[in-house]
Amino acid sequence: MTTEQALYKYCLRLGDNALIQSYRLSEWCSNAPLLEEDLALTNFALDMIGRAQLLLSYAGVVEGMGKTDDDLAYRRGERQFTNTLISELPNGDFAFTIARLFFTSVYEYYFFTELQNSADTTLKAVAAKTLKEVKYHKAHATDWMLRLGGGTEESNTRVQAAVNALWMYTGEQFETDKADAMLQDINIAVDMPPVKDKWNVYVQEVLLDAGISVPVADYMQTGGRNGVHTEYLGHILSEMQYLQRAYPDATW
Amino acid sequence: MAIDSQLAIWEVFMQAKPGANYIHAGSVHASDKKMALQNARDTYTRRGEGTSIWVVPSDAIVASNPDDNDMLFDPANDKVYRHPTFYVMPEGAKAI
Amino acid sequence: MDVLEKTDSIQAEMLRHFEEKIERGDAIEPRDKMPDAYRKHLIRQMSQHAHSEVIGMQPEGNWITRAPSLRAKQILLAKIQDEGGHGLYLYSAAETLGVSREELISQLHSGKAKYSNIFNYPALTWADIGAIGWLVDGAAIVNQVSLQRTSYGPYSRAMVRICKEESFHQRQGYEIMAKMMQGTKDQQEMAQDAMNRWWWPSLMMFGPHDSESPHTGDAVKWKIKRHSNDELRQKFIDKTVQQAEVIGLTIPDADLKWNEAKGHYDHGPIDWNEFYRVISGNGPCNRQRMEHHKRVHAEGAWVREAAEAYRLRKEKELLHL
Repeated sequence: MTTEQALYKYCLRLGDNALIQSYRLSEWCSNAPLLEEDLALTNFALDMIGRAQLLLSYAGVVEGMGKTDDDLAYRRGERQFTNTLISELPNGDFAFTIARLFFTSVYEYYFFTELQNSADTTLKAVAAKTLKEVKYHKAHATDWMLRLGGGTEESNTRVQAAVNALWMYTGEQFETDKADAMLQDINIAVDMPPVKDKWNVYVQEVLLDAGISVPVADYMQTGGRNGVHTEYLGHILSEMQYLQRAYPDATW
Repeated sequence: MAIDSQLAIWEVFMQAKPGANYIHAGSVHASDKKMALQNARDTYTRRGEGTSIWVVPSDAIVASNPDDNDMLFDPANDKVYRHPTFYVMPEGAKAI
Repeated sequence: MDVLEKTDSIQAEMLRHFEEKIERGDAIEPRDKMPDAYRKHLIRQMSQHAHSEVIGMQPEGNWITRAPSLRAKQILLAKIQDEGGHGLYLYSAAETLGVSREELISQLHSGKAKYSNIFNYPALTWADIGAIGWLVDGAAIVNQVSLQRTSYGPYSRAMVRICKEESFHQRQGYEIMAKMMQGTKDQQEMAQDAMNRWWWPSLMMFGPHDSESPHTGDAVKWKIKRHSNDELRQKFIDKTVQQAEVIGLTIPDADLKWNEAKGHYDHGPIDWNEFYRVISGNGPCNRQRMEHHKRVHAEGAWVREAAEAYRLRKEKELLHL
């Protein structure tokens, strides 16, 4: 593997996470429990589409085959997507969506904080921009975790169920492989163990405050980063890519 | 009375740039201060309109009664001596 | 003077003051005295307007996940979000008259309050997203620009903000149509088909002809409404015909032609039977739109309850500190 190939993979994974998470959040449009929350979730989706554009465009540049962000978003198949599994799970109820946003935004907050020190100037710039966004996502998700956990019996039950169901998908966020190691050697990629530690501390603290018990993991799901997904991803792609696939000669 | 399930109303005041006055932008619904502030941010700054936000529970605002307008506002109308143009300055005086 | 006569004369005095104010062009503010009919008309109009923005999120929302490029997805999402925001501004403005958002929503659910008929039509293809932005938002903006000068202060201020934000919406739709008309044969057919389906319902958005419109009288006198339905409709037609021509779309009206003497386009008869059929509940999507709104409202109830319960708990904790 060359450095370029590793960097391509690195950008693609980050870009795919943003793209697929934005897809799920955008499904909330006109479906949120309060009009104000509808606008908030849409704002997050917009932040993430913007991030996906930056990262996928850069991935295209690094790959050097002349592919655009749209080429990468709309013309790859299920096995070529490298987002984490937690990003693609269906929205479920509001508690599930908030719990997912909580787990991912806390991870992203610590991750992009570190990525600001990357030796790669593009990633460094993306990190600085993204950090401002995910800081807010994290604050919003944290507040809702506290409200749902400390709200009614029903909301507590729902958010606890969401946390239990999502827990085994949280581990994949911290996985690393050869590509990451290569890039870390030249100070491009983030060193993950400290990110994981900070994530654990923050998450446990909030769950405790919210009256939600921390699940015990006997296994963490894996595969998304290497293109082995849940069945849900295929449906996302068949919907997202429909026009591009049905009219391959058209530009929109 | 049943609690309005759309949550309480908060009035939103925005500052467009540092140093400017806070101007009423509209209102949002929220159950607590933090939510009110976030909802105001997500509703009223979608185009980068602000550098600072105030939110105030709607029912904490006291408004004057239009019936009192004569008593409240008319008496100030003939106090011309409060305005600088009322005074005659000697010709040639500078920086005053 | 007996008591009844006295109240009558107070009422008449109030109405005279109010109408003088309107005559002078002063804005009416929430705490000002206003005739009941004025308040009622405003609540009806503002809530219908708010509901339209919110229900209008659905047909376009139907295409967010299928938008054909990241740019298109981003723009569409931002536009729909704006519509939610505009609904919110308008609910806020209506609330200044002492009616709660909850009440307004329950009136929508009971069928007492209406929303714009146009959203009872389906968004079938991607070109419909273009047609909605260009024609539907184009028609809406004609009406909204006029409403910036409406007599009720909070309504007028909301409309000023809305018009400022809406200015990109119509361009977004027109850009989609223009791109498709420059594209493949499939795309051109798709665009023309959308034009054919959305043109007449867009004209109906301005409401019945002035001669048939039941609410116009007081609304014009009190300057809630600043232009008549037919005036606004004509304005929309006049500016849209040229835009269609530029990108090669045909307006589906054989009678449409320029009338030199009037300085306007003449158009063929509008099918008011269809208008009344759709408005009375038999449009293609009436049930779907209401069911969606009711479902979301019901599904969100536990979240709003949780938020309230959390606040109460926190307040109690503070008291016991």
